[in-house]
Amino acid sequence: MDMSALDLARLQFAFTISAHIFFPAFSIGLASYLAVLEGLWLLTGRDVFIRLFDYWIRIFAVAFGMGVVSGVVMSYQFGTNWSVFSDKTGPVLGPLMGYEVLTAFFLEAGFLGVMLFGRDRVGPRLHFLATLMVAGGTLLSAFWILSVNSWMQTPAGFAMNDKGQFVPTDWWAVVFNPSFPYRLVHMVLAAYLTTAFVVGAVGAWHLLRDRGDRPSLLMFSMAMWMAALVTPVQIAAGDMHGLNTLEHQPMKIAAMEGLYETRKGVPLLLFGVPDNEAGVTRYAVEVPNLASLILKHSLDGEVKGLDAFPRADWPHTLLVFWSFRIMVAVGFAMLAVGVWSVIARWRGGLADARWLHRAAVLMGPSGFLAVLAGWITTESGRQPYTVYGLLRTADSVSAIGAPAVASSLVAFFVVYLTVFGAGTYYVLRLMSRSPNQGSADSGSHKPHRAAVAAPGSHGAVGGLSSNGN
Amino acid sequence: MGIDLAFLWAAIIAFAVLAYVVLDGFDLGIGILFPLLGEKQARDDAMNSVAPVWDGNETWLVLGGGGLLAVFPLAYAIVLPALYAPIIAMLIGLVLRGVAFEFRWRTERGRFIWDWAFFFGSTVAALAQGIALGALVQGIRVEGRAYAGGWYDWLTPFSMATGIALLVGYALLGATWLIMKTEGDVQRRARRFAQPLAFALVAGILVFSVWTPFLEAKYMQRWFSFPSMLYAAPIPILTALAAWRLIASVREAQPSPDSTVARHEREPFLATLALFMLCYAGIGFSFYPHIVPSSVTIWDAAAPESSLMFLLVGASVLVPLILAYTAYAYWVFRGKVASGGGYH
Repeated sequence: MDMSALDLARLQFAFTISAHIFFPAFSIGLASYLAVLEGLWLLTGRDVFIRLFDYWIRIFAVAFGMGVVSGVVMSYQFGTNWSVFSDKTGPVLGPLMGYEVLTAFFLEAGFLGVMLFGRDRVGPRLHFLATLMVAGGTLLSAFWILSVNSWMQTPAGFAMNDKGQFVPTDWWAVVFNPSFPYRLVHMVLAAYLTTAFVVGAVGAWHLLRDRGDRPSLLMFSMAMWMAALVTPVQIAAGDMHGLNTLEHQPMKIAAMEGLYETRKGVPLLLFGVPDNEAGVTRYAVEVPNLASLILKHSLDGEVKGLDAFPRADWPHTLLVFWSFRIMVAVGFAMLAVGVWSVIARWRGGLADARWLHRAAVLMGPSGFLAVLAGWITTESGRQPYTVYGLLRTADSVSAIGAPAVASSLVAFFVVYLTVFGAGTYYVLRLMSRSPNQGSADSGSHKPHRAAVAAPGSHGAVGGLSSNGN
Repeated sequence: MGIDLAFLWAAIIAFAVLAYVVLDGFDLGIGILFPLLGEKQARDDAMNSVAPVWDGNETWLVLGGGGLLAVFPLAYAIVLPALYAPIIAMLIGLVLRGVAFEFRWRTERGRFIWDWAFFFGSTVAALAQGIALGALVQGIRVEGRAYAGGWYDWLTPFSMATGIALLVGYALLGATWLIMKTEGDVQRRARRFAQPLAFALVAGILVFSVWTPFLEAKYMQRWFSFPSMLYAAPIPILTALAAWRLIASVREAQPSPDSTVARHEREPFLATLALFMLCYAGIGFSFYPHIVPSSVTIWDAAAPESSLMFLLVGASVLVPLILAYTAYAYWVFRGKVASGGGYH
């Protein structure tokens, strides 16, 4: 196999960013969930909230740590592998990333220590403030980095200078570029849903073992409310994001729909194998006129196909087409679980809904899958450009040798697989223990809490934790 | 407008990098010394002394990198490819040691793996940073708007020497931090390491100071011509003073009377900090006004004024705020580290 430095650099970016996105997707939602739990504890004084807080904060610490280290890699990779991109877009994108560091990273890092280690030292109220700061930091970070990404998709508010650099002319237009509000809402909701389904799966897992597990029932219930209430909002937000993409990146929409030929009354393809070489989507299974209805709100609305764009500008249609379908399918599966949970509540409660528990366990990783698939859709749909329509990926890469990129790629691959594999294992092991048991070793805040024996926790030890600590 | 935004930003970035070096320096140093600290309890204490602050410390590195991209994009685009291998090694080192902070508490059987990852990652990151510094000092070949050198230009005897010197420096920062923050056995051990490390660092600084002017005519001229020599003079004088205080203070090995931090427990750390700052000032004095020695000045590399201004508005409010809450976080965890603290 003969790969160019460009291919390798792209592969390296795809690999490191895909590994990274799992952690923020989880920690943005989990930080907010922790803030909610601690807030409810302060408000109600109910023991179960702080118990859940203590349970999830350990998981948060592991996930957050992995997010930090994989994020530092990203911030330097722009320079090592994509130095031409950095030189050209630095004046516009650099300050946005600078603001991300100044408003978000320091805030998170500065208060994380207090959040993890400081409750005895600062008291519950200041501790809650620290938790809020960390949660706020994760959201601010999403704000800035999504602004950066959106600008690469829908650049605005800039001019070119004589050195070939993009230079800012209107910062408001740069930050709030056309696709940014949609992408921000879509991603933050995605992070919340990702966390909700993880929390729901952990709660359901323990309920399957012991339906009298009160803390697990509480977190399962909270997660299912999120699924029922937020998934419809997310689907609506996704639809609006899609319409925004149609307006600004119609070629990406054509690839998402597997549409090679501009036409009216476009069917929605449920299945198909887009083939860029032949310029057709094979084996199509379609619902007549539905794509026109969704995109143009009319049964015979005209949608531009890939034939409306130069062949050299086409993205990898097969990838965009399928990653989009996976994301949408997962979204509707989430909606189904949400609706199911409402019915189950109405029919007598969540504690005994065994099949819902099983479904929720199965759906635990669904948010990660949807986030990854969605990002693949939007990012590979931006190709062959880094700055859409203006700077090609091939013209963004550093003048580096393939061996240098290949060796760093192998190094990242091995280290990430080992380290994040181990981290995932530790997270799963923490999750396999019920929040209803094992509070003896988290004694740093005993004064706030009545000692609770763990009733009925026999047999609740998950298979993973039976040989651990 | 009389304000030189590029100069102001050079000062801010320089401050961020210095903050990174001294702050992450001591927690990397603890990683470097980790295998020598003794039994599990000692290692737990050492790690707990930095666990609440390491993440904040490392954020200064992201500010250094992100800030460089924002305000000196050309320098970022030239320096990172030039230092490709050391940067990648540093990043991988930082991954390995960063996750160790959490992972080693999550397993009994596998703890030795993460203890080792903490040591190895910290050592590799420290060496890589030192090598990167040496490679920068010896100069980077530039053509047009890109790095023009080879893939192993960074690898020279000089850069190896700076790599080892920084490794020693970080280890000393770590040891003197432990003298300040711990008691009993850990503290005794840290003191034992601090003495040879202090001598080694002072020797390293001497070698570096003598070697550097011969690398580049501009450095020689700056340090050894009149009148620039006069401006430079305080740096070596103060360095000698700090070195003397360092060596004197690490020798006084009285045990602490109680759990407060006594003066002689603080002084080795402060003296090491002073040495780091003075060396940094010396390097800055050699470089200025270049950001990529000796071809690109801060004005060549600077982003357009609207970029510099846009970020400066925020930075002028946010950096003081960051310093304030970072100081608060350190204050919350002041004093000697308590055994068995934390949420683990």
